Amino acid sequence: MPEPPTPQPSRRVFLRRTAALAAGAVALRPGAKARATPEAMRQAIREVLGEAEAHPGKVTLDIPALVENGNAVPLTVSVESPMSEEDHVKAIHVFNEKNPQPHVISVMLGPRGGRARVATRIKLADSQQVVAIAEISDGSFWSGSADVIVTLAACVEDLQ
Amino acid sequence: MRIPAGLLALALPAVLSLGASAHATDLPQAERRSGPAAERHSGYDFMSAETRAMQDDDVANPGMLWVLDGEALWNRPEGPERKSCAACHGNAGVSMSGVAARHPAYDAMRGRPIDLEQRINVCRTQYQRTTPLLYESRDLLALTAFVAHQSRGEPIAVAEEPQTRPFIEAGRRIFEHRQGQLNLSCAQCHNDNWGQRLAGAPIPQAHPTGYPLYRLEWQTLGSIRRRLRECFAGMRAEPYPGDAPEIVDLELFLAWRAKGLPIETPAVRP
Amino acid sequence: MVSVPAKARRGAAIEIKTLISHPMETGYRVGPNGAMIPRDIIRLFTCTYNGEEVFRAELSPAIAANPFLSFFTTALESGTLMFRWTGDGGFEATHTAEIAVE
Repeated sequence: MPEPPTPQPSRRVFLRRTAALAAGAVALRPGAKARATPEAMRQAIREVLGEAEAHPGKVTLDIPALVENGNAVPLTVSVESPMSEEDHVKAIHVFNEKNPQPHVISVMLGPRGGRARVATRIKLADSQQVVAIAEISDGSFWSGSADVIVTLAACVEDLQ
Repeated sequence: MRIPAGLLALALPAVLSLGASAHATDLPQAERRSGPAAERHSGYDFMSAETRAMQDDDVANPGMLWVLDGEALWNRPEGPERKSCAACHGNAGVSMSGVAARHPAYDAMRGRPIDLEQRINVCRTQYQRTTPLLYESRDLLALTAFVAHQSRGEPIAVAEEPQTRPFIEAGRRIFEHRQGQLNLSCAQCHNDNWGQRLAGAPIPQAHPTGYPLYRLEWQTLGSIRRRLRECFAGMRAEPYPGDAPEIVDLELFLAWRAKGLPIETPAVRP
Repeated sequence: MVSVPAKARRGAAIEIKTLISHPMETGYRVGPNGAMIPRDIIRLFTCTYNGEEVFRAELSPAIAANPFLSFFTTALESGTLMFRWTGDGGFEATHTAEIAVE
């Protein structure tokens, strides 16, 4: 069952939210040391939210609680929304807390989106929490999360 | 034969028994211990529902990308006479149906069984008169996946007859031979302890139903040869080199042992 | 590879599934010679419907190899859906599909 997180107010970092941030979600500095911390995830979420808070709810993550191999974990994110001109999901941002970097995927939807449901397969380096933030057309943000345990299949191959 | 205490000591700290899921691992002990002849399950049955769903949906199954590539290769003219596979074999859906299910198959010219990859290379060198494809190359994987895919759903049916029997037995001896640093045989895990968990994952029965397959661990499609090499490395035993005949003996024995199970190519496995 | 329904009712939400061959090398793995394997990923996927962008996805190294992406769009009119993937090393792939909407 997804448990909604709340970004820690005491850790709030003020960052200007720019249009480029959506692109900046994957503009990783070349040569940056791999960071694998829940704090990096909170910061990445903060970059999307700016000064706003995300309300827990509306967002469901469908992801196995226990995965056999972290290389390809099926994930479906659904957001309750009529997807009408007046009320639709503008974007969904997915984050992780223990991979070398906190971003997973950002998708841009809109009133023609039909249904706010996106499925993909992700890599998870370790057992961790995955968080999804939905940006609604009225400017509000909603969040959902899931905890995943990652085991490895036996008799794995070395990269020589 | 029970797993030796030494291996259990190694495996136990890593074994996480994380709760049963509703499939093959729930069978009662007695049934499971009588070996695969009594109750046979493809590796499919030991996977999570999500991984099974990945295999079942042809649009989500990454192995299908290689099948599509293989179809293009099937139609590509090769060699001095510009002959494609299709030039002799026509529509693969018809001509290749059942072929993968019968391989490894006895080859009269070589006097021994050869596997599907070798059979494709025989066609390339002898009939298309061009170079053989390298093992694990993208082209050979794609072509093998495409050909094997034409047998999807058909039962494995390798011939058990006077000329193949000695090779099946040779493969059986390898399967049952205790070897490597752990003094472990394939049979000890895959016959005697299938369904139990090793390092968090269920031990399957080791039936080659879906090769070439997309292994999540590899993040790509791979052949049975690649998987067997890992099996030996995992057992801390020396893998057979390159094109050793023992590899095909073992493939043949595994296929004989899996007789009747349907081909799943391209399978998805963790 | 892309799956799009050939026909749809006007106003219906249709599911589109896409799968493309790509190693999605994260840039965090160490190769056999001890050096880091450089990042090589698809960064952007877009879907346009008769020229108008209806879906956009920005991928990170956390997306699995041979990326699978499924999403919905509303079937508004007959026409052409165009899919485009771009990424590191000048990677670009496109695919089109026709849809009949009644």
